[in-house]
Amino acid sequence: MILQADTLTVTRGGIPVLEEVSFDLPPERALVLRGPNGIGKTTLLRTVAGLQPPLKGTLTGAEDRVAYAAHADGLKSTLTVAENLTFWARVFGRDEIAPALSAYELDALQTRAAGQLSAGQKRRLGLARLMVTGRPVWVLDEPTVSLDRGAVALFAAAVRAHLAAGGAALIATHIDLGLDGDALDVSQFRARPQAHDDFDEVFL
Amino acid sequence: MIPLLKRDLALAVRAGGGFGLGLAFFLIVVTLVPFAVGPQSELLGRIAPGILWLGALLACLLSLDRILALDWEDGSLDLLATAPLPMEGIVSVKALAHWLTTGLPLVIAAPVFGVLLNLAAPGFFWLTLSLLLGTPALSVIGTFGAALTVGLKRGGLLLSLLVLPLYVPTLIFGAEVARRGAEGMGVETPLMMLAGISLAVIALLPFASAAVLRVNLR
Repeated sequence: MILQADTLTVTRGGIPVLEEVSFDLPPERALVLRGPNGIGKTTLLRTVAGLQPPLKGTLTGAEDRVAYAAHADGLKSTLTVAENLTFWARVFGRDEIAPALSAYELDALQTRAAGQLSAGQKRRLGLARLMVTGRPVWVLDEPTVSLDRGAVALFAAAVRAHLAAGGAALIATHIDLGLDGDALDVSQFRARPQAHDDFDEVFL
Repeated sequence: MIPLLKRDLALAVRAGGGFGLGLAFFLIVVTLVPFAVGPQSELLGRIAPGILWLGALLACLLSLDRILALDWEDGSLDLLATAPLPMEGIVSVKALAHWLTTGLPLVIAAPVFGVLLNLAAPGFFWLTLSLLLGTPALSVIGTFGAALTVGLKRGGLLLSLLVLPLYVPTLIFGAEVARRGAEGMGVETPLMMLAGISLAVIALLPFASAAVLRVNLR
């Protein structure tokens, strides 16, 4: 098992949004998170990425193995495409960016400043970043926003290649990517409103 | 760590990076003082160490909100937090990059600006040395303030209010070194205090900055 969540309770702004979330993510599989807006998919993904601690429950296998892609791509508009990607590769202790560039058809844009890219091209660059990290677990939050149909196919191919290489992916998305994996509807874990038993908790 | 430092330095010198902004601000403050005080070279010489230190401090303050806010806005900060870099290292590198692009140019330019204020001859060396020792503390304390206010809309003013009181010890001892040096008195005690404050701040504050940043990223 590459990633395992056991009765996880995640909070947003101190209020539990999802509770008792349990899932297993084996290698070479993708798990697609589904659920209406505001249910807590992003919060769950941020917890898995290690940006916030879970309120309860345990998460195994996430430590230093997760590559996270959020709504924002983390690009610097005055750096070129190649510079942005090289920076992230170096941060993760690697320097091979050519496969990532070609997987998302960014070769021709290498010397273009990221600020001059279109929204879809920026998204492709943001997703290409995942490939240069070398991390086994991809945690993706709405990765296909602003991608056209061709780019979605590129993305699906990249995810499939990642899975084939022994990786895993946890994806929150509303579209069908045709991946080899299961879907998990997180609305079943919606947290029950609960009374605060401790005065301090209101402020935490 | 090194790639992050290189990226921050590259960003600072590219268009809109703000490199030189602090220096230009420093120059303008120093140029305005003689207009405000009047052309009395003896009086100017006497207040020069204090004015130069205050100018350098305000110039440092000007660019503090860029340290983390830009990375927060484009999402890089979240991604850096999930990268295999310790948060303490990230904030230290950010402070170092801020010092290299803001503090160091001020240190180098300060003797030139001292001439504009008729700084006494023995004071030039001590002014430069005190800024060299003191400005790293300004950057590190400023990074702590930036970590506290990251994610707040228009947090710049709040950042100034939080950080300025923390600058007081550095300002007192830094300006004291420059003043005593200019008047030809012994500077050992304030110099030791200034160096001590800088070293303590550099050693301890990154842990506090990293802790508040982790809370702010939740």
